[in-house]
Amino acid sequence: MDAVAVGSLYALIALGYTMVYGILKFINFAHSDIFVLGAWISFAAASATGWAAASNHPIGPAPWVWWVVILLSAAAVIATGVEFASASRAGRKFDIRYTRSAGVLTLMSVWAWAAIAMLFGAKVAHDHEGLHLLSGGLILLCAMLTCGLVSFTLERVAYKPLRKAPRLNVLITAIGVSLLLQNAGQLEHMFGTRPTRMPALLPDRVLASIGGGGAANTPSVEVHLVDVIGAGTALVLMLALDWLVFRTKMGRAMRAVSYNEKVAALMGIPVDRIISFTFVLGAMLAAAAGFLYAMKYPGLNQSAAPVWVLLGLKAFVAAVVGGIGNVRGAMLGGLLIGLIEFFGAKYLSTDFRDVYVFGLLIVVLLVRPSGILGKAVADKV
Amino acid sequence: MTKLFEQARLLKPAAPATMLRAVWPLFAVIALAVVLQAVLKPWLETVSGGDFYAKVLLDIGINIILAVSLTIVNGFTGQFSIGHAAFMAVGGYTAAGIVYYGSMYFYGDAAPHAGALSTMIQDHHSGAIFTRGDGLYVISLIAGGIVAAICGLVVGLPSLRLRGDYLAIVTLGFGEILRVLIQQSADVSYDAAEIRAAPIVGLGQLFSQPRAEWQAPLWARLGGPLGFSGLPFYTSLFWVFIIVGITLLVAFRLKNSTFGRAFLSIREDETASEAMGVNTTRYKVWAFVIAAFFAGVAGALFAHTTGVQLSAQELGFQKSFDIIIMVVLGGMGSISGAAIAAAVVTILPELLRDPTRLVGWQPQIIGITLLAAAIAAVLRYKGRSAAFLWSIAFGGAGLCVLTWLGYGIVKLADATGHPLDIKLGDYRMIIFALSLILMMILRPQGLLGVREVWDKALWAKRAKQGGKP
Amino acid sequence: MSPPSSLLAAKGVCKSFGGLKAVQEFSLDLNKGDLQGLIGPNGAGKTTVFNLLTGVYKADKGSISLDGQPLIGLRPSRIAAAGLSRTFQNIRLFGELSVLDNVRLACHVRSTSSMAGAICRSIWNRAEEHAMLDRARTLLGVFELGRLEDEQARNLCYGDQRRLEIVRAMATEPKVLLLDEPAAGMNPQEKLELAASIRSLRDRFSLTILLIEHDMGLVMDICERITVLDYGQIIAVGTPAEIQKHPKVIEAYLGVADPQEGAAA
Repeated sequence: MDAVAVGSLYALIALGYTMVYGILKFINFAHSDIFVLGAWISFAAASATGWAAASNHPIGPAPWVWWVVILLSAAAVIATGVEFASASRAGRKFDIRYTRSAGVLTLMSVWAWAAIAMLFGAKVAHDHEGLHLLSGGLILLCAMLTCGLVSFTLERVAYKPLRKAPRLNVLITAIGVSLLLQNAGQLEHMFGTRPTRMPALLPDRVLASIGGGGAANTPSVEVHLVDVIGAGTALVLMLALDWLVFRTKMGRAMRAVSYNEKVAALMGIPVDRIISFTFVLGAMLAAAAGFLYAMKYPGLNQSAAPVWVLLGLKAFVAAVVGGIGNVRGAMLGGLLIGLIEFFGAKYLSTDFRDVYVFGLLIVVLLVRPSGILGKAVADKV
Repeated sequence: MTKLFEQARLLKPAAPATMLRAVWPLFAVIALAVVLQAVLKPWLETVSGGDFYAKVLLDIGINIILAVSLTIVNGFTGQFSIGHAAFMAVGGYTAAGIVYYGSMYFYGDAAPHAGALSTMIQDHHSGAIFTRGDGLYVISLIAGGIVAAICGLVVGLPSLRLRGDYLAIVTLGFGEILRVLIQQSADVSYDAAEIRAAPIVGLGQLFSQPRAEWQAPLWARLGGPLGFSGLPFYTSLFWVFIIVGITLLVAFRLKNSTFGRAFLSIREDETASEAMGVNTTRYKVWAFVIAAFFAGVAGALFAHTTGVQLSAQELGFQKSFDIIIMVVLGGMGSISGAAIAAAVVTILPELLRDPTRLVGWQPQIIGITLLAAAIAAVLRYKGRSAAFLWSIAFGGAGLCVLTWLGYGIVKLADATGHPLDIKLGDYRMIIFALSLILMMILRPQGLLGVREVWDKALWAKRAKQGGKP
Repeated sequence: MSPPSSLLAAKGVCKSFGGLKAVQEFSLDLNKGDLQGLIGPNGAGKTTVFNLLTGVYKADKGSISLDGQPLIGLRPSRIAAAGLSRTFQNIRLFGELSVLDNVRLACHVRSTSSMAGAICRSIWNRAEEHAMLDRARTLLGVFELGRLEDEQARNLCYGDQRRLEIVRAMATEPKVLLLDEPAAGMNPQEKLELAASIRSLRDRFSLTILLIEHDMGLVMDICERITVLDYGQIIAVGTPAEIQKHPKVIEAYLGVADPQEGAAA
């Protein structure tokens, strides 16, 4: 059951890798840091809403967050005002969607306020006995929104200027962003360098025991509530994503951009907006994975800790094994990696659990270089 | 048209002159290394009152080896390897095993038995120039390189058939597997008698004894997750800069030979390269093996450095990223660029750790700034533009201004009785990361692009690249 | 096996991509000193034929031999070493390298020095590097690209890039040269010059040339024999005059032919 729960988390993270790779053809090394950020933000949100009474964090978001959000909103209002004035002077019709800085800033500030609203909602829910599950859900949403916002900003600031640059440069930038996130997270005013414990948002229960005993005297498989909720949430999110990618107009646009960016742009698809959307989507899934992971394993390390980085790497491996650039492949790969890791650890040797994962990666790459569900790309001569 | 080799036979140049040309750089390198060890190091020690500067110089040297060797893979052939530190680990652990267990075997302890050439700490050597301990060390350097090169071959042969990012992923996976394997190794033995008795290879016991009585052979006693501790410190400026010299020499000569062009053509267009008769797989593997060799030697040097704990965690993929950063900042394919970037990337965090040091170096910085500006002005007067020199000059001037500004702010804060509570040390990695991102956005081709510092084209007018955004 | 007189011989070569039969039963005989053309409407499989000959694609069936040496199954680099060189339809120069280095790289296939020799700068290696330099400069001189030798290849204008491709292919010392649309994108004046230089190439270096070209004027002007492909199959082989009158060719280019309109080109 661990295998399925963790595997589905791998799959969630892997989706972010694979979507970004599918569209921009580069490995977003900063993605695993977004996942870590998600876990830490859920922790901060949980302690801010009163879940961890002993924590050193004040109730409500840290003061500088208010400043950032207020400044952002002010900038949005000013930009909108300027745009409105110039539009009315030029006799254009004012439409916030078509005005760049105003639109982006407004979107960002609304987004940030939404995250804060989630936080307060979570606080209210926390104070009412019966609404604890709702509170957890709101914290999850808050983490997802915040990570999405961070990712959106990063994409606009760091990656967008490099759209036409060689892929290696983008990769280096991703490494830079990853360093930035890791080290910023360690600052005193952010999360600090000390490991913490995520408060338990739910009392853990063993829901059922399957098998066990019998002639072989195998230990029974316990189904924990946390696992069920974790895997369930992950599954719901993945189904939602699948629906989004394969059934909606937005998804069709995403697939078009990933197939051929230039042609998609010629067909009137707003490529930049689609790319941002993809980043945000990936980041939100990673944040959800961070939240769920913190629920399952409450010990939170500092953000550059090898454990976290390794988690991100394994998720990346999952994306590759499933066929990078392929959304369903990432889901499959994540589950596969989880299964291999936990069954290997259980039946062979715990010491080598990382070896199984990377060994699987190398075997898959040598046998089927483009992953299980991936398509080989031929070079046109 | 005659065949190429017939034409070449007619052109055979005078033998002595050619041999001299081939060999003199090697002597120059040795001479330079001796000067570094015998003159510069004592001076640096008097300047800093310790071995801090010498240590930084040593780190720079090792990083130059790593960056230049990675340039052969990433810069020349355009393959993206992100497991370079793994080869460093292979070389480091091989050399560590040889030197440590060899030392134990011969001397009964693992203290350095070094001559004057291989010591970082003054007056710590026996007076001889080259000792048996040094011999062991040199052998370990070469062995580290060779084992790393073999690993490079094993990893490279299958994976270099894959294109693009997949190679990166495989090298990453290789590094991670290696890390786990090293972390599962047995503890280092500190007992000379036990070591003499222990099996070296120890595969024989697989068949002869029951499993419970197996003794961990020496090659598997590498210290596990805690790292290989107790290594003698042989690495000195002399050895590091000998290797730096050799690495640079090999890299330059490769780049300026027909093989270098073959490497570069693979980067530019693999299909066309193959169609022009370059066996791309073979050259990719070659580049990979050469790079792995030097990374292994660098790892061996690193393992025997003072103040270093050799551990697999230390040489994980974060270290690989550091090396990649150096290569990209220097400009893909530029050897001198990679070397300069390696130096900058090593110094920068040290500087940011304690920026007050910068104040002490003001005269030198001002000197370099003025010198660069002066040369640039002369070149300008002669009708040649020197954008590169100007950028050095502006950079230097900016550094001066920033230093004094920061210094002033700190002093001002002290004077008003509210000392600033910002530790720049905490922010150094953030500043570093930000400058990396900025660099990629503002100068995506890196410091020097594919050029070398002395290339004419770097100094020429920019007009030809006008089309670039 | 091919008769000893033909230098490049292909027999019954087939290639399909999935269900698409790109090339079927392609046969070709090039004798030493020939200048042949390979024409056909868009998508007829001309470039695929080149890719099969040079080993970029593996043929499903059939045999290809150069000077009696079978080429099937060899890597493209081995085929280039055997003496078959090509240019690319969509120019594939080494953009960041200088013009000179582009040509010197192509000399690499004839190089006999080892990597150790290059690192030690052995006498033999130096002599060879000199020879390569000489050779590259000579060839660039023939195509009047000498003054551009330090320029980065991607900075050249289109016509120069096309000519540099030919020079680069020449530098591998080929027995047979395959030119893939060398005149594409050139203006009439440049085309005339190109035609002259292709002919002089053949005479001066006693080369054998196979040419893909869309410009019928050029092909009819310089080629002695022409092979016409349509839907991956050879529909006609013959001299330019024969090809111009061949009903199947006219049909392929103009649809169902009206017998009154004879001139296909």
